[in-house]
Amino acid sequence: MKGRKLKYLVAGGIVLAALAGLVYSGMKESMVYFYTPSELKEKAEAARGRALRVGGMVVEGSVRWDPQNLWLSFALTDGQSTVPVRHKGTAPDLFRAGAGAVVEGTWAPEGYFRSSTIMAKHSEEYRVPKKPETLEAKKELFKSLMKEEKR
Amino acid sequence: MIATLGGFVLFLALGVTLYGAATSIAGARAGREDLLASSRNAILAHCCLVTLAIVLLEYALITSDFSLRYVVGNSTRGSLTRYKIAGLWGSLEGSILLWAWLQSVFAALVAARYHDRHQAYLPYVQAVLLGISAFFLTVMTFGANPFARIFPVPPDGRGLNPLLEVTDMLIHPLLLYLGYVGFSVPFAFAMASLITGRVSEEWLKITRRWTVVAWLFLTGGIFYGGWWSYRTLGWGGYWAWDPVENASFMPWLTGTAFIHSVMIQERKRMLKVWNLALITLTFSLVIFGTFLTRSGILGSVHAFAGGPVGALFLGFLAVILLVSLSLIAYRSDRLKGHGELDSIVSRESAFLLNNVVLVGICFTVFLGTVFPLLTEAIRGAKISVGSPYFNRVSVPLGLALLLLMGVGPLIAWGRASLSNLRRNFLKPLMGAAVGTAILWGAGVREAEALVALFFCCFVLGTILYEFVVATRTRAKTTGEGALLALGALLLRSRRRYGGLIVHLGVVVAVVGIAVSSVYKVEREQTLQPGERLRIGSYAIQFDGLEAAERPTHVLVWANLKAFKGDKLVADLMPGQRFYPNQQTPFASVDARYHWSEDLYLILSTFERNGSSATIKAMINPMISWIWVGGLVILLGVIVAVLPERRLALLGARAKAQAA
Repeated sequence: MKGRKLKYLVAGGIVLAALAGLVYSGMKESMVYFYTPSELKEKAEAARGRALRVGGMVVEGSVRWDPQNLWLSFALTDGQSTVPVRHKGTAPDLFRAGAGAVVEGTWAPEGYFRSSTIMAKHSEEYRVPKKPETLEAKKELFKSLMKEEKR
Repeated sequence: MIATLGGFVLFLALGVTLYGAATSIAGARAGREDLLASSRNAILAHCCLVTLAIVLLEYALITSDFSLRYVVGNSTRGSLTRYKIAGLWGSLEGSILLWAWLQSVFAALVAARYHDRHQAYLPYVQAVLLGISAFFLTVMTFGANPFARIFPVPPDGRGLNPLLEVTDMLIHPLLLYLGYVGFSVPFAFAMASLITGRVSEEWLKITRRWTVVAWLFLTGGIFYGGWWSYRTLGWGGYWAWDPVENASFMPWLTGTAFIHSVMIQERKRMLKVWNLALITLTFSLVIFGTFLTRSGILGSVHAFAGGPVGALFLGFLAVILLVSLSLIAYRSDRLKGHGELDSIVSRESAFLLNNVVLVGICFTVFLGTVFPLLTEAIRGAKISVGSPYFNRVSVPLGLALLLLMGVGPLIAWGRASLSNLRRNFLKPLMGAAVGTAILWGAGVREAEALVALFFCCFVLGTILYEFVVATRTRAKTTGEGALLALGALLLRSRRRYGGLIVHLGVVVAVVGIAVSSVYKVEREQTLQPGERLRIGSYAIQFDGLEAAERPTHVLVWANLKAFKGDKLVADLMPGQRFYPNQQTPFASVDARYHWSEDLYLILSTFERNGSSATIKAMINPMISWIWVGGLVILLGVIVAVLPERRLALLGARAKAQAA
């Protein structure tokens, strides 16, 4: 009887240990520190080559898009420091200047943050727009792409 | 007007609910039938009142009554009526009202269905269900009032996020809520069994069907959410380990464990405490998930901002855990198991191991979801653990689960002899080896894919083997044809064969998940009109941009032709939708769906003069198998839960006609 109980205890222990090992190694491999631009400035050199996340506001007027080489560059700020970011590829839907964004990547020796993923933040708060925008305004933007209505 | 009336109705409903719970318990203790009758009326009244509250809020939404803050936030004059209706679950207050309503309907259903049965349990079941209802009504009365006013009354509302103005919004959230609320029924019976001390297998048998149906809704909601995300969110994926997804996944894992472990208790009278703990855990995780995602403490694409609601949910969670754990401790003397595990090589231990793995996955998902919160609270460092962690940890555990799915249903109870093992597993194993060799020959070289597909072949082999052997045996003994024998088998042991069909669905889905995640290809390129992007065996030609006005937005799209060799296989038009009052566009994905692979195209960005467009192309092989797997699971559950009597009747009628 005792021997059997021991057997189950041992089996349970092995399962638990395997689980713990899996969690530990998983965490260790994929844990990513989140920095603000100011924190990044302090710790950038120490963290070179390690995966990081940096979150801040996309600086107005800083967004550049090179369509041929698919480089997107912009700057993230927390009001005190500003980090230049380069990203290969396009940004997700909610990304825009003036809004929050989190980028994941590494600090490049050339002095910019090389992003592999952009996560756009978007506020669910209700704000009445200063000037309610109509569909016409959006239409005006893409007038050159509109075809004459065929009828 | 509606604001005052709505608030009053909710307050009244709260009063009736508390009264019903009190009379239920008092009636049961004193054995007074009049009090019990009164409590049943209270359940009905509380259901009617919450229904009235829902009708009022829907009326305000449909008629665009912008004196209500909630209506302003979740609808606009211009929306289609169905999206105005869906505004009800567009954010926090309304979704709590929806939850409270479903909860009240379930309570009424339970009271109506069992009005003449299980009288020992029922008063306490009703009290627990009413207690849960009371919690949601309290949240609305004191924290998140859906009938709050706004002043000045704005001319128009903000409306739902355009991402949500799709038909899926009418289905996915409802499925999830039905699943969440559904688990409250077995939970209530579990509590009632503890309170009354009738802790035998009775409560499991009563709630079996409720549990499986709740599980089906939750599973359906999760699959549907993935499908929705894949088709419309424009990132080509279906699961991101987002906290809200995890919040629905965790109760699914423990609920799945529960469905399996009750079978051991029914058969062997073991694991009584474990089953009670599992259903408590499942319901607690439902509440915890809601706390996590609705209190705004975690960043998530699904999250709603919240206020005191978070604290209320946390308090409720504490009450659930405290009460149920004390009850289990109080009844511990009656909860001693009768059976013992005879051998490690047995069905019991396969099921037990399945439970350990499922709860283990749940635990790792839980850790990954709350770890960032903990480290921030304790060390002040912000840390995130993203998809890599979840994938790393859940893939090996998921594979173990897959293997057990093949072993569990066929291995003998008690102690499996070597001959039993050989008889049941030799052929499936050989089949899996042959299948994997064929895949190797077809060019599958990646270790992850090979292991996953080997396990899939093995499970598939065991399921087919079981069906074939059982059909053949029956056909031989009864002299029926093979098809008739199979049908009779499905009818006779629907739970077993329904379960096997569910497993088949899981295998199909796992094949889709494994192949699509290992073999997906992605390319992004900027094209000028006439240029082509090459991906896999496709060439995608860009034929210019176009724009047009739609009722609610302006759509800009790229005209693309997909060629395979010289053959045109599809005209695809991925685009971007520009909504008024939204500063960024929303993707409008286009794809060629096919059973073998999806060609998935996204218009990433473009020049406004039409001179170029950046196209992201993906090939997602066999991803549609995931959705097909979901449908097979649905089929299996339907086979498993269809009412016995009705089927027997149908069978008898068919036999009479044949004779």
